[in-house]
Amino acid sequence: MINKLMDSLAAAVADVKDGSTVMVGGFGTAGLPNELTDALIAQGARELTIVNNNAGNGDTGLAALLAAGRVRKIVCSFPRQADSHHFDRLYRAGQIELELVPQGNLAERIRAAGAGIGAFFTPTGYGTDLAKGKETRTIDGRNYVLEYPIHADVALIKAEVGDRLGNLTYRMTARNFGPIMAAAAKMTIATVHKVVEPGGIDPEIVVTPGLYVKRLVLIERAVTTAGGFKA
Amino acid sequence: MTARWTRDQMAARVAREIADGMVVNLGIGLPTLVANHLPADREVLLHSENGVLGMGPAPAPGQEDYDLINAGKQPVTLKAGGCFFHHADSFAMMRGGHLDLCVLGAFQVAANGDLANWHTGAPDAIPAVGGAMDLAIGAKNTWVMMEHVTKGGESKLVPALTYPVTGLACVSRVITDLAVIDLVNGAAKVIEIVEGLRFEELQARTAIALQR
Repeated sequence: MINKLMDSLAAAVADVKDGSTVMVGGFGTAGLPNELTDALIAQGARELTIVNNNAGNGDTGLAALLAAGRVRKIVCSFPRQADSHHFDRLYRAGQIELELVPQGNLAERIRAAGAGIGAFFTPTGYGTDLAKGKETRTIDGRNYVLEYPIHADVALIKAEVGDRLGNLTYRMTARNFGPIMAAAAKMTIATVHKVVEPGGIDPEIVVTPGLYVKRLVLIERAVTTAGGFKA
Repeated sequence: MTARWTRDQMAARVAREIADGMVVNLGIGLPTLVANHLPADREVLLHSENGVLGMGPAPAPGQEDYDLINAGKQPVTLKAGGCFFHHADSFAMMRGGHLDLCVLGAFQVAANGDLANWHTGAPDAIPAVGGAMDLAIGAKNTWVMMEHVTKGGESKLVPALTYPVTGLACVSRVITDLAVIDLVNGAAKVIEIVEGLRFEELQARTAIALQR
């Protein structure tokens, strides 16, 4: 029998190795897998490369992982925010490496990894500083930049409903990077707020098919109001 | 002080040209105001790059749901018929030319439509790009809303960018606090000037040659 449900967050992240590339879902206040990043802090893995849209907000979640000194490099589109003080400090001190990627290229590079694509030509970023040194090509009169996939060892994502096979649904804009990160990582760990029996999710609305997910942990719902919120 | 449009008047000027049925992405900052001026008799679908189509206005105080936010990370609502999708789909909509219009803020726009809006180039600034480069080149039409001149009085319409590029030859219309200007094949054609400002006065504040 397939059963991907784990008893605890600690057990779900127990074997994350030092030096791993870890994708962390979430955008703004929605879909941040803070329970999993907290478990990863307790687990102790170091020298991590993190892939996320941002570089941590406030003092919780990814920001806490940065503050704990566990992150060597971050791949993201928008590190600088009103409350990104932990990243800002590490960056200015030269203690963290930054790979800045336009948001759509970040998403497509993650998608490409999960889809087995070797590289792709994208118009985004052509002629800009973020395409410097990259291969370009003109196709049918339009200019493109060659971008490579981003693979990960681990993805930490927050979903809404799951079953023991790993099928997932999400809630509103908390979906954001979840489905593509789930496919791009060797080991995807998802939290859910509700577990149902197989068949309990209408097969027509499964968003992430279970084969992309290795582990699942049931958690309480907690409202996140951090996340770079700008009034 | 010379005549100029307020931020809300600029937003209303943009909203006036958004036709029934259009799919539109409004960038963070000034362009967000356009949503407040969309005429009630037109059905316009607002796209937000974090994965929403059919975005509605801000919720009433106390009704915020932090799983339902826009690209500026502010709580929003969803209109009937709206939907959610993941980030790769959202940017495919943009890059694939499925959005009719994107309205962005800018530091500078060049006469040929080059856009600078992501980075001042200051050496000590921490760079952040977000979806700016995708938005600039993705939509069928990219318009810019910005003040006509900097706080120091320098024209933000320039012969060539001095700030780092966001997208090349992508802006087709600029709405400033002084005028509406179309950029066509390297020429800047003035469509409208704020009442009380003469063409010659507008030209004097603009670093590129304007056509009437």
